[in-house]
Amino acid sequence: MLSKVITAAALVVAIAIPAAAAETGHQTITDYEFPFEGPFGTYDQTQLQRGLKVYSQVCAGCHGLKFVPIRTLSDDGGPGFSEEQAKAFASEMEVYRLNEDIGEYEYRTADVTDNFPEVTAAGAPDLSLMAKARAGFHGPLNLGINQLLRGTGGPEYIASLMTSYTGEEMEQAGTILYENTAFPGGWISMAPPLYGDDVEFDDGAPSDIESEAKDVAAFLMWTAEPKLAARKQMGFIAVIMLAVLSVLLYLTNKRIWAPVKGYKDEKLS
Amino acid sequence: MAGIPHDHYQPGSTAERWVERRIPIIGLLYNTLMIPTPKNLNWMWIWGIVLTFTLVLQIVTGIVLVMHYTPNVDLAFASVEHIMRNVNGGWALRYIHANGASLFFVAVYAHIFRNLYYGSYKAPREITWIIGIVIYLLMMGTAFMGYVLPWGQMSFWGATVITGLFGAVPWVGESIQSWLLGGPAVDNATLNRFFSLHYLFPFLILGLTIVHIWSFHSTGNNNPTGVEVRRTSKEEAKKDTLPFWPYFVIKDLFALAVILLGFFAIVGFMPNYLGHPDNYIEANALSTPAHIVPEWYFLPFYAILRAFTADVWVVIAANWITGGIVDAKFFGVIAMFGAIIVMALAPWLDTSSVRSGRYRPMFKWWFWLLVFDFFVLMWLGSMPAEEPWASMALFASAYWFAYFLVILPLLGVIEKPEARPATIEEDFVAHYGDGATGMRLPGEKAAGPAE
Repeated sequence: MLSKVITAAALVVAIAIPAAAAETGHQTITDYEFPFEGPFGTYDQTQLQRGLKVYSQVCAGCHGLKFVPIRTLSDDGGPGFSEEQAKAFASEMEVYRLNEDIGEYEYRTADVTDNFPEVTAAGAPDLSLMAKARAGFHGPLNLGINQLLRGTGGPEYIASLMTSYTGEEMEQAGTILYENTAFPGGWISMAPPLYGDDVEFDDGAPSDIESEAKDVAAFLMWTAEPKLAARKQMGFIAVIMLAVLSVLLYLTNKRIWAPVKGYKDEKLS
Repeated sequence: MAGIPHDHYQPGSTAERWVERRIPIIGLLYNTLMIPTPKNLNWMWIWGIVLTFTLVLQIVTGIVLVMHYTPNVDLAFASVEHIMRNVNGGWALRYIHANGASLFFVAVYAHIFRNLYYGSYKAPREITWIIGIVIYLLMMGTAFMGYVLPWGQMSFWGATVITGLFGAVPWVGESIQSWLLGGPAVDNATLNRFFSLHYLFPFLILGLTIVHIWSFHSTGNNNPTGVEVRRTSKEEAKKDTLPFWPYFVIKDLFALAVILLGFFAIVGFMPNYLGHPDNYIEANALSTPAHIVPEWYFLPFYAILRAFTADVWVVIAANWITGGIVDAKFFGVIAMFGAIIVMALAPWLDTSSVRSGRYRPMFKWWFWLLVFDFFVLMWLGSMPAEEPWASMALFASAYWFAYFLVILPLLGVIEKPEARPATIEEDFVAHYGDGATGMRLPGEKAAGPAE
């Protein structure tokens, strides 16, 4: 016991910090810049539209967005579709829904009030919340400092994952695994989804692999946190109002206590 | 104890007299609001109001969230997303409620450590202290069950791990565990009972809070000197105290506004900072997360739970003495609950005749070491149960127990306390100068030094 205690105490001082710094070194996440970062950041409409295109033409083959209602494409702070555009977009999709007339589930053309379809065929996870369910940045030492300074890093993780395939493959228990330096453990079962120039953007934006990856990561951040702009606005209003209220209460408090504490007594009375 | 002598409520109008003869509720409210409060209270005495406010905030946001939430294993996760996306202002309610739990624990820990430093738990306030500990335990239960409701991966696996602790109790453990879960594993029955209890507990807390406040309204508040308010006459009591309204209400509201400023900055700009990303993945009984970590406010006690492994000599000794009944797992559970029980016993373990840590030169050091220990435990609770963290956690856990079981009893005997002021008035005047005298209303002329 005693030796353990001494060892532990010594470790706190000397070894602990450098020893554990290497622990989280497996993943390499690039800290991409996104327009929605920081207290003033909001989504870039055109980037979300590009990301939606990448999702629809590439990701949607295997992944669903089952929590995202199609009508939210025309919500404030999102990709900025008009209601007609959202309707047109919905009519291009099929969803598996209950037909209440015949009491059976069937495939039918989606309506704007439907959610994006759930895709389970390939066993791939749903992407609705992926940007909040993954963390790109940790620690150091579980102290949460990186997350505080750089954010949780969900979108950075997604973009890095798209661009970090090394080209190496290996077969394990009948599945092919692909080496990816952004993925925890280094080997992922998803084949490289983007190669660059996979989609042609309407706004003529570059479609190299990194741009596509960033656009789809931004889009997935929107699907995970569609109310980001409203939330930051609430934050600002609350902080400003509470700051004013704090000042008023501080002055009131000072005024009330002044005669009791005995200073500035003459000035105030 | 009749309380500090003060002016009692006198019904002024016919209407007031009419009500007061039938139910003395105006008098009760008046006496509660105008309670004589030691005038030297510092900024660490604001947490009570913060806690009361947070309780109300959590109840109000919680009641509205329940209107849209569905406690069912197949629907719970989606109903939370429904709240976040489709309910007007639902995202704000949920983020406020989720981060409100953290605000609650920040405030309760500050409140508890203020108690421990200024010896507020000592006679005659032991019952106030014990009620407070019961409230704290209920808070932990409420927070734990609330975290299960979104039915994410951490919800599910956290529930599995924590209810598994009860399985460590000898003989009856498994029965207790399945009784708590409503079945052999965490499932729909568990989710539903947690939902039911998560709705019930806050009202128990509310009831106990009223008793908590009532109890110190007869003993009076402690204060930074630990010297009692003089009760020999109304005049002397008035020199030591000020009425709660407006002096402390305004002061507390100011502190509350500043704290809420920080709180809303977190809700507005980083609402998921204190949460775990894995809880945005729907619960899946077939896939265990790489690290199951409780919320930050449980980490110190989680560290104590894990610290006592089978190779620690006290665990080996306990195992041998009890003939194998107390194994490492059960010992860990005892240690975790014991860590809170020893804290509850502080009034009887602290042998010092001096209440406030301000006049205890040795105590101060040990106290701040305990605060440091608490944060170290919090950090270690988040680290994997490997070396060197495991040994550090054992060492830090040992100090937690040593503080209450060894240091507090010994200090009372070996420590030589410093001189204390005779009265609160003396302390107040020493701090604010000769101008600070007895209670006067704002605008009243300063009285002469003879007062």
